[in-house]
Amino acid sequence: MSIPQLLVHDHEDNVGVVVVEDLAAGTDMLCVVTADNSDFRLTAKTDIPIGHKVALKPLKAGDTVIKYGEDIGKMVGDAEVGGHVHTHNCKTKRW
Amino acid sequence: MALDFSNATVKAWRRENGRVGVRNHILILPVDDISNAACEAVANNVKGTLALPHAYGRLQFGEDLDLHFRTIIGTGANPNVAAVVVIGIEPEWTKVIVDGIAKTGKPVTGFSIEQKGDFETIRQASWKAKEYVHWATELQKEDCPVSDLWVSTKCGESDTTTGLSSCPTVGNMYDKLLPHGIYGCFGETSEITGAEHICETRAATPEAAAKFKKIWKSYQDDVIEAFKTSDLSDSQPTKGNILGGLTTIEEKALGNLEKIGKTSTYIDAIGPAESPEKGPGLYFMDSSSAAAECVTLMAAGGYVIHTFPTGQGNVVGNPIVPVIKISGNPRTLRTMSEHIDVDVTGVLTREMTIDQAGDSLIEMIMRTANGRLTAAEALGHREFSMTKLYRSA
Repeated sequence: MSIPQLLVHDHEDNVGVVVVEDLAAGTDMLCVVTADNSDFRLTAKTDIPIGHKVALKPLKAGDTVIKYGEDIGKMVGDAEVGGHVHTHNCKTKRW
Repeated sequence: MALDFSNATVKAWRRENGRVGVRNHILILPVDDISNAACEAVANNVKGTLALPHAYGRLQFGEDLDLHFRTIIGTGANPNVAAVVVIGIEPEWTKVIVDGIAKTGKPVTGFSIEQKGDFETIRQASWKAKEYVHWATELQKEDCPVSDLWVSTKCGESDTTTGLSSCPTVGNMYDKLLPHGIYGCFGETSEITGAEHICETRAATPEAAAKFKKIWKSYQDDVIEAFKTSDLSDSQPTKGNILGGLTTIEEKALGNLEKIGKTSTYIDAIGPAESPEKGPGLYFMDSSSAAAECVTLMAAGGYVIHTFPTGQGNVVGNPIVPVIKISGNPRTLRTMSEHIDVDVTGVLTREMTIDQAGDSLIEMIMRTANGRLTAAEALGHREFSMTKLYRSA
């Protein structure tokens, strides 16, 4: 199996994590769900740094972001599939 | 096939109280900040000793003073320490520290500075330190079961790769070694926030869950609500965490909790620098999420090896406890590999399973116990950072 560009913890998650350096917009990413090693493909819409999150589904402001199968916060902006999800469009529901 | 660690042994020092130490330090331990200079002079006079200067110890009171004493006594009492010279400004608090350490049965002598001055104190303490060095350097290592090790954990400069690779590596180690009878410890009260509901379910008993919940709630009420300016977003996640891709405290907490594995449960929740008292097993310790403070507190609780997952590359060490760094971030391994002991980047490339990563960590724990210096030790990282609860009198 070739090296994945994106890892996803659980099938319920709506974001995954870039695990390679210098991921460029337009890359056809091999994505692996670590829970069962299943895989799928997704195109990155922008350059995304290693460790940063990518939307697996269209996410709108107010949507709950799911990672580890758990609520990790809410969208405060939109992200298209393959788009970057981080502090510019996602925030904790606390504080 | 998975390795079998049930009969594994390491060469280490069996102390007077039966505990196993993996280092053989002779400490010159200040009771208070103004005794640092004398301690450093003694350590300079007598090679093979280690002074632990720190910032506190005067005009503290109540719970904060209790924590100060517990941290200093616990550091001296740690099995990685063979013998201790204690120096304080006056005799009474110096005696509190000496008596606390003496309960372990190890050699400890106190000196106080008032009515003597630094010169005479340094002269007397140097003679005692030299005697301890000759004695301790002849102590022989013996075969000790891996199950006698006390292994703590805390992660630092976390990113999304820690939750995917280095934290579950530690969790796998605990899932394998805790059933053989080791003591484990995790903490970082503020960084459980967002996963406190899951942490509660990982208690072995309703009593342990209730103690954890009380500690966590008290942190929220007494620290966050009392001192917050707007929110915690400026420090949790840290700027380093955010650069590494972590967005919220919930996301950070879920990755953090991967360190206790899939099957491990904690048998008690204890205060900062407290020693576990319910036998072998995993403990939650109320502790700061700042790396040096947390490792210092766990060392004072009696833990002899620390496992430290890092994503972006925290460089922390501890003066008496070897800190084993584990990272799965390929950029960190490329740019700062001198700080990393266990490379688990293969977990991200799917060339290494978490099970294999856990085995490689256990092997590194055994090699470290047998004497291999960690990256932090080789690079001279000796951060000794005491936790202070509130203003002094």
